Amino acid sequence: MFHRSAPKAYGVVAEFDSPELLIAAAKKTREAGYKKLDAYTPFPIHGLVDAVGFKDEKVPWIVFMGGIVGATAGYLLQYYTSVIDYPLNVGGKPLNSVPMFFPVTYECTILFASFGAFLGMLALNKLPQPYHGVFNTPNFERASQDKFFLAVEANDTQFDEVETKKFMESLDANNVSLVKESPGVEE
Amino acid sequence: MAKETLNEDLITGQQTYVSLDNTIGSMVLDGKRHKKNWYVMLGIAFMLLNGFMLAVGWLLYQGVGVWGNNVPTGWAFDIINFVWWIGIGHAGTLISAILLLVRQQWRNSINRFAEAMTLFAVLCAAQYPLLHTGRPWVAAYWLMPYPNIMGLWPQFRSPLIWDVFAVTTYALVSILFWFVGLIPDLATLRDKSTNKIGQKIFGFLSLGWRGSMKHWHRYEQAYLLLAGLSTPLVLSVHTIVSYDFAMSIVPGWNVTVFPPYFVAGAVFAGFAMVLLIGLPLRAWYGLKDMITMKHIDWMCKIMLATGLIVFYGYFLEVFYAYYSANPAEISLAEWRFYGPYSPAYWALIICNGIIPQLLWVPKFRRNLPLVFIVCLFISVGMWLERFVIIPMSLMKNYLPASDRFYYPTIVDFTMFFGTIGLFFFMMWLFIRFLPVINMFEMKDLLFKQNLKKEKEAEEKQEAGVH
Repeated sequence: MFHRSAPKAYGVVAEFDSPELLIAAAKKTREAGYKKLDAYTPFPIHGLVDAVGFKDEKVPWIVFMGGIVGATAGYLLQYYTSVIDYPLNVGGKPLNSVPMFFPVTYECTILFASFGAFLGMLALNKLPQPYHGVFNTPNFERASQDKFFLAVEANDTQFDEVETKKFMESLDANNVSLVKESPGVEE
Repeated sequence: MAKETLNEDLITGQQTYVSLDNTIGSMVLDGKRHKKNWYVMLGIAFMLLNGFMLAVGWLLYQGVGVWGNNVPTGWAFDIINFVWWIGIGHAGTLISAILLLVRQQWRNSINRFAEAMTLFAVLCAAQYPLLHTGRPWVAAYWLMPYPNIMGLWPQFRSPLIWDVFAVTTYALVSILFWFVGLIPDLATLRDKSTNKIGQKIFGFLSLGWRGSMKHWHRYEQAYLLLAGLSTPLVLSVHTIVSYDFAMSIVPGWNVTVFPPYFVAGAVFAGFAMVLLIGLPLRAWYGLKDMITMKHIDWMCKIMLATGLIVFYGYFLEVFYAYYSANPAEISLAEWRFYGPYSPAYWALIICNGIIPQLLWVPKFRRNLPLVFIVCLFISVGMWLERFVIIPMSLMKNYLPASDRFYYPTIVDFTMFFGTIGLFFFMMWLFIRFLPVINMFEMKDLLFKQNLKKEKEAEEKQEAGVH
């Protein structure tokens, strides 16, 4: 692969052996003043989000809105078809048979809320995203298996290719590397 | 890398993150792990599947007259099998959703294949409502509210249309739940895979998952919410299936006990199927460290509990019949006891009521061949239950003049065994091409157990010091 100019840095990435080491390192990095942190782990690690100072509660709200949209859509579908578009007297029941319309409304609520959870999670995570700078990290295929990675991203105000790397090297990591956005001029 | 023994209850043997990944992942990545058993099972399933194709072809060519259905027995094998399959699917959702919400971590090693089982069971179930119309492509406007040129809409006051919505929602939500659970594992397989095609396929399916902490944060929220949504969903699905019967006035159907009794029956049958698949799986693929005796013991206990609820339902049905003082109801109960199909009724009582009582004995719960046989009986029993409820009630009605006997035909049976073929065919393909156990949850479990062990060791030490 050829690049006219050297690729931009994604950040500095350090590799750790265990979740405990990762959490300790994340805390130290944050204390050192870095804000744009991310960690890459094979399974969700509780406490990591607090250590890095990340909080996001949009997914539950999307699910809630999905549920409301589903309930409304489900009921309106039945109301429109049975009362407005094709009024049909069945056994003298009222056209707007509220209790009879409940099950479909209920199922639509769950259906839309579930799609809210699925699509909301993917959209907020910006997935699918087949390519990302962090994939250039050496040994990164272990991030989905048994290694734990901590990244300081290049868009952090305090980021400096040399200084940040030096700092990360002081953190009990197996390996620290400067990672570029695209492969080619690596290391 | 920490190399520690695990909590002996949930994962046994000396395990590390890598050893867990290898044991599970190599079933997908290394074709050599699939021995003769896999080919034989797939072959049998494929033959049954061919029977299904033939039966369906004949059905579409001739029409539903090739089935034994008649008037008044308008519902028979089509609905029996539909309810049976949907019920089997329920255990998958119960394991993945309800046990997640109540923080039962032992679910981690069985949820993946139980969820896959749900999907394939719903797929099998869906064949019947589609095919029982005889001409599904013409009948679509009965099922789905789409604006057709006849200006007709489905009848939303009918439990049958509720059923369509319930089952469709159930199928879609189960797929979402299953796929969301698979994403991180697909990423693991992408990274472990050594051949280009595997990397491409798993890379595509994993959506570029990179295990970012921010992603995990939202992922866990979404996963838990999906579990929270699936729980009322799974309870509502079989409740609505039972409304198909309970909302009618057919003797033997118009009973308020149907919804809870159907849900319990579904879980009962579903766990039996989980064990019927899980027991050979753990033996053939060396998964004994992950699907432990403890898991089997707990599943047996759940079967025992739900089985007792179902058995109680049978008593209530008889009680209601006599208590109602309704001659049609009483004669139906007696038709079940002494009528020409009474062997089916008594076989049902033996399969679902008597035989599962063996599971009270701890020694029997640890005897795997026995557990397997009990599960077979339960599966047959749950099928018989639907047979007893559906055609046996319809044969006898309020007007004796309209009573007519029902016989299933060879096409009915071919189709039924055909869907069993379809189910196992899909199941064995799943075992070959996707991870049967949730790898990231197992690693999470391993991590937590290591922590717990460390803490216990520390406490012990401290107690020793003081």
